[in-house]
Amino acid sequence: MPDLLFELFSEEIPARMQGRAADDLKKLVTDKLVDAGLVYEGATAFATPRRLALAVQGIPVRQPDLREEKKGPRVGAPEKAIEGFLKSAGLADISQATVQKDPKKGDFYVALVEKPGRPAIDVLAEILPLVVRTFPWPKSMRWGSGRLTWVRPLHSIVATFGPETEDPDIVPFAVDHIAAGDTTKGHRFLSPGTIRVRHHDDYVQKLLEAKVVLDPARRREIVLHEAKQLAFAQGYELVEDQGLLEEVAGLVEWPVVLMGAFDPAFLTIPDEVIRSTIRANQKCFVVRDPKTGKLAPRFILVSNTEATDGGQAIVAGNERVIRARLSDAKFFYETDLSTRLEARLPKFEQIVFHEKLGTQAKRIARIARLAVALAPLVGADVDKVRRAAQLCKADLLTEVVGEFPELQGLMGKYYALAQGEDPSVAAACEEHYKPQGPADRVPTDPVSIAVALADKLDILVGFWAIDEKPTGSKDPYALRRAALGVIRLLLENKFRLSLGSFIKGHQSVIHEELHRHTTRFDFAEEGGLTNPRAVPLDEKLPSDLLAFFADRLKVQLREQGARHDLVDAVLALSAQDDLLLVVRRIEALANFLDTEDGRNLLAGVKRATNILRIEEKRDGVRYGGAVDPALFRDAEERQLSQAIDTARAAAEAAVAREDFSAAMAAIATLRPVVDAFFDKVTVNADDKPVRANRLRLLDGIRAATLAVADFSRIEG
Amino acid sequence: MTQSDLPPHMRPERSFQGLILALQRYWADQGCVILQPYDMEVGAGTFHPATTLRALGPKPWNAAYVQPSRRPKDGRYGENPNRLQHYYQFQVILKPSPENLQQLYLDSLAAIGIDTALHDVRFVEDDWESPTLGAWGLGWECWCDGMEVSQFTYFQQVAGFECAPVSGELTYGLERLAMYVQGVENVYDLNFNGREGAERVSYGDVFLQAEQEYSRHNFEHADTEMLFEQFRMAEGACKSYLDAGWRRDPKDSKASRHLMALPAYDQCIKASHVFNLLDARGVISVTERQSYILRVRELAKACGEAWLATAAGGAG
Repeated sequence: MPDLLFELFSEEIPARMQGRAADDLKKLVTDKLVDAGLVYEGATAFATPRRLALAVQGIPVRQPDLREEKKGPRVGAPEKAIEGFLKSAGLADISQATVQKDPKKGDFYVALVEKPGRPAIDVLAEILPLVVRTFPWPKSMRWGSGRLTWVRPLHSIVATFGPETEDPDIVPFAVDHIAAGDTTKGHRFLSPGTIRVRHHDDYVQKLLEAKVVLDPARRREIVLHEAKQLAFAQGYELVEDQGLLEEVAGLVEWPVVLMGAFDPAFLTIPDEVIRSTIRANQKCFVVRDPKTGKLAPRFILVSNTEATDGGQAIVAGNERVIRARLSDAKFFYETDLSTRLEARLPKFEQIVFHEKLGTQAKRIARIARLAVALAPLVGADVDKVRRAAQLCKADLLTEVVGEFPELQGLMGKYYALAQGEDPSVAAACEEHYKPQGPADRVPTDPVSIAVALADKLDILVGFWAIDEKPTGSKDPYALRRAALGVIRLLLENKFRLSLGSFIKGHQSVIHEELHRHTTRFDFAEEGGLTNPRAVPLDEKLPSDLLAFFADRLKVQLREQGARHDLVDAVLALSAQDDLLLVVRRIEALANFLDTEDGRNLLAGVKRATNILRIEEKRDGVRYGGAVDPALFRDAEERQLSQAIDTARAAAEAAVAREDFSAAMAAIATLRPVVDAFFDKVTVNADDKPVRANRLRLLDGIRAATLAVADFSRIEG
Repeated sequence: MTQSDLPPHMRPERSFQGLILALQRYWADQGCVILQPYDMEVGAGTFHPATTLRALGPKPWNAAYVQPSRRPKDGRYGENPNRLQHYYQFQVILKPSPENLQQLYLDSLAAIGIDTALHDVRFVEDDWESPTLGAWGLGWECWCDGMEVSQFTYFQQVAGFECAPVSGELTYGLERLAMYVQGVENVYDLNFNGREGAERVSYGDVFLQAEQEYSRHNFEHADTEMLFEQFRMAEGACKSYLDAGWRRDPKDSKASRHLMALPAYDQCIKASHVFNLLDARGVISVTERQSYILRVRELAKACGEAWLATAAGGAG
């Protein structure tokens, strides 16, 4: 069966768009083929800076013929109806239709419409220009006098179709003035001529001869392999960087890897600054000394050409630019070192953090206040926490962070160490931003933990207070990440903390700031003074924010494999604001439900709650409160009642000691008596008071189990 | 004329002015009109009416020129080897953008001695936008051995109007390019006239004092009260010239004509430069900044609309 080769040759496509574009090209073309009834065997798409290419193997030569029966009007229908039918079915005369018998509704006409399949090449000639015209580039443009849009000017199109063994045909179509053909170009400088191509294999081979490596994966391999080799040959080790590798592979058609050097004097700059400088501005790799792990004064560049001097001029040019960049970086770094971090703080009074939440200075003060309050609970030294909270944002005002925002925190640590701060204080300058996501490291130094918690809680309470919560996919302030950060900080360090009380406390701090601000305006405008406390505190904020934490916790636990129904069963209990306890309770519950006692008890409790639900609905009352021993008729009732009292007391006592396994064990004692009760006792007794008493007993089972979890939320 | 035919002092790799002349000659050979710099202070070559206004409307236009560009905030008192508050751009505008524009650009590099058999020239994504001109385009920064030497843009919109046909714009940073081909690390060390010994004139000889003086002016002494007033005056004048220039046809808006688009646009340029000076003096707050940019953009848009109603803008 024939193959399609399709290439769109243009001016340089942005590196970041190439991968997605290759995928889109493949999907658009193959979806349309399948829609047209052309089921193909396989398809592969590629991208280089100057071309998108697609090879589709095994396309049938023709579309299958389509046969369709078209139902028409009844025999003897008005002429108009018959005429319309003939027209829609493409028949010349009604004699060409068959008559279908229908004794119930009467006989009617049926036309057999045969739609012969068209040659695949004709279908392609319709599909391919449509794909070009509707291609989903993130941003596209016009050029010259044309109206066509593409990511950058499109120059030529290759579209050949035919079996592997023969000379293929050119798919006959044009997009504006660009007609599809069988010629393309190789490397811009190394092979400037035109090349004629036939099939995919021959296309790949001819491109290779014309110094173009078509497959981006292959270009990445070449770059990575040669970069490692070059580094190794000089006794160094490549600092691998997947993002940079992908970008670089999208900037070259013919990767030539070269090594350059810079003055070792620049190594006084922190490694991360050197790396950011060389990476961001020059798209070059750095190498390290494998013995020390420190950067070496070398870099690796990927050029797009085989220069006639072996790359000397290219290396010299890149070295020159990197020298200038590193000089700037060194200047920035040294300038930064000449000012102590605390001396930068007054400037934060002029910098707005958020128009409603005030300046950065205010935010830092709030973080410090909260971090100090949290310090004893996480075992951190209060003075160190206060110092760290004050300094932790100061590096935002340094030159290096201004240039490379991704180095925020890290530079704070370096500058703090350089000015002789305590190592924990310096570490907190970096680590208070952590964890940044589910995979990021969670700090373990108590000083870092206190400041990290305060940093995140301040953002959360703050944006809750001004009602800028995340909605749907919109979370511009990364509040979900902040909440997950709090969760991971507490759980992974095993800290007990009543989040609710800290949220309330911080809410009143922010409330006061927000409304003191309003007061000044009120004064100016109305000539009077309002008392900030007159603006009521949002009573729902703490529970609302706790519910947000609960949601995040659920996501987090689910990702770790916990059963979501168990999470719900525990979170349904009131006053669950200690995340560590929640998790321990869930673990105990999961262990309990893994035992036979647990499973049977769950079945019993479910039975009890089901009966209760049905009867309560029927009677329109809620059966609760104390049971009356005088109404017991069977021994099993008395035994259950006593067991409930004992189990509930024991479970509550165990929960109070936070011994959740013991609480589960206490609840487990209910199992035989619950089983016996259901075995022997008929709940719906004829005697009304006895029945009501039995229903109250069932409620007792439900109430007792609520000491550990809401069993009604558990599945199974 | 090939480089080897040039006397040594005219060669682009030895002489700043030789580099400029080589580019002018090259683009003249391509059929461009070689203009002289616009006689007003502008932040970039794009502001020259030969680009901003000529990019609008249907008429073909090919031009090249040097434009002294002023960026008051970039002044460094002559102490930074790479940053200047006054520098030269070489600007090329081709409308409609020719099919072989990339090749024309590469040939222009060859004309100033950058041989692609030895150097690694790359087109790296860079989208261009000018909020004050209401303009944007797609293109690249052009790299030579890792250094950005030019900007390459296909204009999509200027002054809020869609460009049809599309202009291709090339902007060469002349000092940076010259530093590269001359192999010097400090802009002030550039050989300006290509002569040696006593006859040699460096870039520093020509401009160092100016950089020092203007840095003082831009950051410390520029009269802000006067500048605020100048901004208001330029804005007012721009609007009143625009109003006065319209000859509206009440029946057919397409038949309307404008008779003073260029003088009005001068005032828009003026307002833009005054704003840059005020910005350098640090007297415009973050929120105000946005509103000043919008005010200039409104002027640019109104000038673009007026231009489209002139003969060169394609009306009638």
